[in-house]
Amino acid sequence: MLNISGLSHGIVIDHIKAGGAMEIYHYLNLERLDCPVAIIKNAKSNLTGKKDIIKIEGSIEMDLDMLGVLDHNITINIIEDGKITKKRHLQLPQTVTNIIKCKNPRCITSVEQELPHKFKLTNPEKGIYRCAYCEQKFREN
Amino acid sequence: MKHIISPLDLSVAELSDVLELAQEIIKEPKKYSNVCNGKKLATLFYEPSTRTRLSFEAAMLNLGGSVLGFSSADSSSAAKGESVADTIRVISSYADICAMRHPKEGAPYVAAEYSTIPVINAGDGGHNHPTQTLTDLLTIKTLKGRLEHLTIGFCGDLKFGRTVHSLINAMVRYPNVKFVLISPLELRIPEYLREEVLIENKIPYKEVQKLEEVLPELDLLYMTRVQKERFFNEEDYIRLKDSYILDMKKMAYAKQDMLVLHPLPRVNEISTEVDNDPRAVYFKQAEFGVYVRMALIMMLLEVHTTC
Repeated sequence: MLNISGLSHGIVIDHIKAGGAMEIYHYLNLERLDCPVAIIKNAKSNLTGKKDIIKIEGSIEMDLDMLGVLDHNITINIIEDGKITKKRHLQLPQTVTNIIKCKNPRCITSVEQELPHKFKLTNPEKGIYRCAYCEQKFREN
Repeated sequence: MKHIISPLDLSVAELSDVLELAQEIIKEPKKYSNVCNGKKLATLFYEPSTRTRLSFEAAMLNLGGSVLGFSSADSSSAAKGESVADTIRVISSYADICAMRHPKEGAPYVAAEYSTIPVINAGDGGHNHPTQTLTDLLTIKTLKGRLEHLTIGFCGDLKFGRTVHSLINAMVRYPNVKFVLISPLELRIPEYLREEVLIENKIPYKEVQKLEEVLPELDLLYMTRVQKERFFNEEDYIRLKDSYILDMKKMAYAKQDMLVLHPLPRVNEISTEVDNDPRAVYFKQAEFGVYVRMALIMMLLEVHTTC
């Protein structure tokens, strides 16, 4: 088992779907951070078999609930003085604007570039978001 | 102010009001011939659809109103690159209500966000066509006498047929409705409709490939066109094409009071010999489309008869 040292202060983004870490990494612009960032791919998971994890030493100022749009199973652990002080599941936002893009070539957003890309949470249990305009499921197109 | 972008924008109660008003109009159309005097309907058709546009225009004229608009993107400011949002802002000051047909899905939703007049979606790509659904519901309610306790067969292209998807979405709100979905495997209903609408709402349904075997159990048969280009290979098309053509031989299996609906235009999926059968109501359905649009315009403009 690969050994990555624990954080003293930071954030652990856990239970990312295996293979999904880089999308989260890019979405959070983690490449711009100076602090240490570890991406663990295909870690063992009792729940799903495999998962990805991102560990960030330091803090990032961002609404992490938005990550739920990309992967609703993600959990966030806040680490202080080497201990988990807060562990929480994401609260899926009802609507998201300009976080994800509709890729349906038949959608009005494909021709009118000025329009905001708006998605609505249509199934909170399964974390399904649909385009507010064409109702295409996110990731289906 | 209300817009009609999806068939589900009307609650069951509102839908019932619109259908009842449409039935009143059918009984006594003259009573409604002046209720929209001085009102204007803008028909914003970014792609040609003669039938739907004329149905909207006939509806407004029947109510004593006037119509203005364009019938293709080429003859509109869209050809100059104007956005839907800007167009509707301007049209809002010219008309009291508008009907929009657009090739892109969600365009009427955009219009509704920026409009100061009610927007009716007159079809947006393969997405929604709520007034066709209202037309179908009025036809069923009027000719069948009910919207509940029905076994409804949908036949043909159930994958890309937006009228089928919308009608299924609308009908699941009524009790004891069963669906029989008749199509080739390639053209079965989309997964989301099966999972999120039928299974989620515990609606009884079955999927079959042959029309003949299920015809005797149907109260309604909703036909759609199967296009050759939708098939993956010609062999399947040749094997199955006749199964999706309704003729008098097949009608012999159907109940005496089964109704045949079709959103039109029909190509060859219903043999013309069926047209004279009293169970074939697709031309009546097109007529009902005008009445239901009249009722919808009245509801959205909040106009009433004086007596």
